[in-house]
Amino acid sequence: MNGPHDLGGRPGFGPVQPEADAPVFHAGWEERALGLTLCAGALGLWTLDESRHARESLPTETYLNSSYYEIWILGLEALLLRHGLVSPEELSGSAPPAPAAPHGILAADRVPATLARGGPSDRAIDTPPRFRAGDRVRARVLDTRGHNRLPRYVQGRIGTVEADRGGFVFPDANAHGRGEAPQRLYTVVFAAQDLWGPEADPADAVSVDAWESYLEPA
Amino acid sequence: MPHDHPHHDTDLDPMTARVKALETLLVGKGLVDPAAIDAIVETYAHRVGPQNGASVVARAWTDPEFAGWLARDATAAIASMGFTGRQGEHMQAVFNTDDTHNLVVCTLCSCYPWPVLGLPPVWYKSPPYRARAVREPRAVLAEFGLTLPATTRIRVWDSTAELRYLVVPQRPAGTAGWSAERLAGLVTREAMIGTGLARSPGSAP
Repeated sequence: MNGPHDLGGRPGFGPVQPEADAPVFHAGWEERALGLTLCAGALGLWTLDESRHARESLPTETYLNSSYYEIWILGLEALLLRHGLVSPEELSGSAPPAPAAPHGILAADRVPATLARGGPSDRAIDTPPRFRAGDRVRARVLDTRGHNRLPRYVQGRIGTVEADRGGFVFPDANAHGRGEAPQRLYTVVFAAQDLWGPEADPADAVSVDAWESYLEPA
Repeated sequence: MPHDHPHHDTDLDPMTARVKALETLLVGKGLVDPAAIDAIVETYAHRVGPQNGASVVARAWTDPEFAGWLARDATAAIASMGFTGRQGEHMQAVFNTDDTHNLVVCTLCSCYPWPVLGLPPVWYKSPPYRARAVREPRAVLAEFGLTLPATTRIRVWDSTAELRYLVVPQRPAGTAGWSAERLAGLVTREAMIGTGLARSPGSAP
């Protein structure tokens, strides 16, 4: 979906505000929001792709008017409700917490190893690559109803394949419980002027990492 | 929204109250161990941060064999220094040269190489940076006080998949003979995102 999160190239935002010696967290609740999101994700009921989709499914006005960790909390509440881990009444505080069915929860002593292990998303793939480095490709126009990771600003534009990165979990499927459906991933480079027109610097370029089905021969 | 959340402590600001209520609920249901949250926060507040990436860059500057490995297989080279895991499972190192300056963004969310840089700063996650880094990188760099020569081409890497990019800035002049440990002090977070350069020796930290 070309949702409110898809910000590349959108006009109307002001200057970037660099912050020297920025603290990691700007409020105590941000620390808890990060930890809650990771702990709830570790229950294993949803994928990272589904959690991204939950955030980008927020109404545009909400998304653009919420801080980063506010968006995380709104997304987390949606996931908890969707997967039946909490009820609307529990979330609103109008009902006391009922004990949940047993889940393998993330214990404190497992946190370092869990974070250090991460969750690799590369997958063996045995189909031959459809594209090779140097191929000219067009990014498809792809305003899907569900999740996708092809930014609007490259859709319909022609670029050059720079690298074949191998097979990776396909977010469009994985975000919606349709399995990992791995596809080959490519780094595709676009000339800045092919994206933004003649005012862009002719020497500059932008790349995205695009799954094979996002691309067609140009 | 106090009417929606009657159990909130009304003395707290809305997000503090909302997150506290959610944590209380999930802990009460046995779904979250609050000590695990503490451990996660401790990791990213104190242990994992841009000092990790700085040590990777400084080693690449002083060890050509390591630099070659970093260019070929950044995930393995970085893992050999003990930096692995969440949001750094698939690393790519991109090297600045005299001709090309690399800049990293995630226009769709906030993808960022946690094991080497820690959690992303607010500006990296903000709509202005995400919207503008791909469209007018030179104007964005100017807002960081960085003006590149007109002859330097800029390559912007939009982190749209699970590859995570680490910019390897150029080694500053005047550092011949420096140890990797000393060099690491010149490598800023911004230099490893591409919104800055490595500091020159003698410049204020």
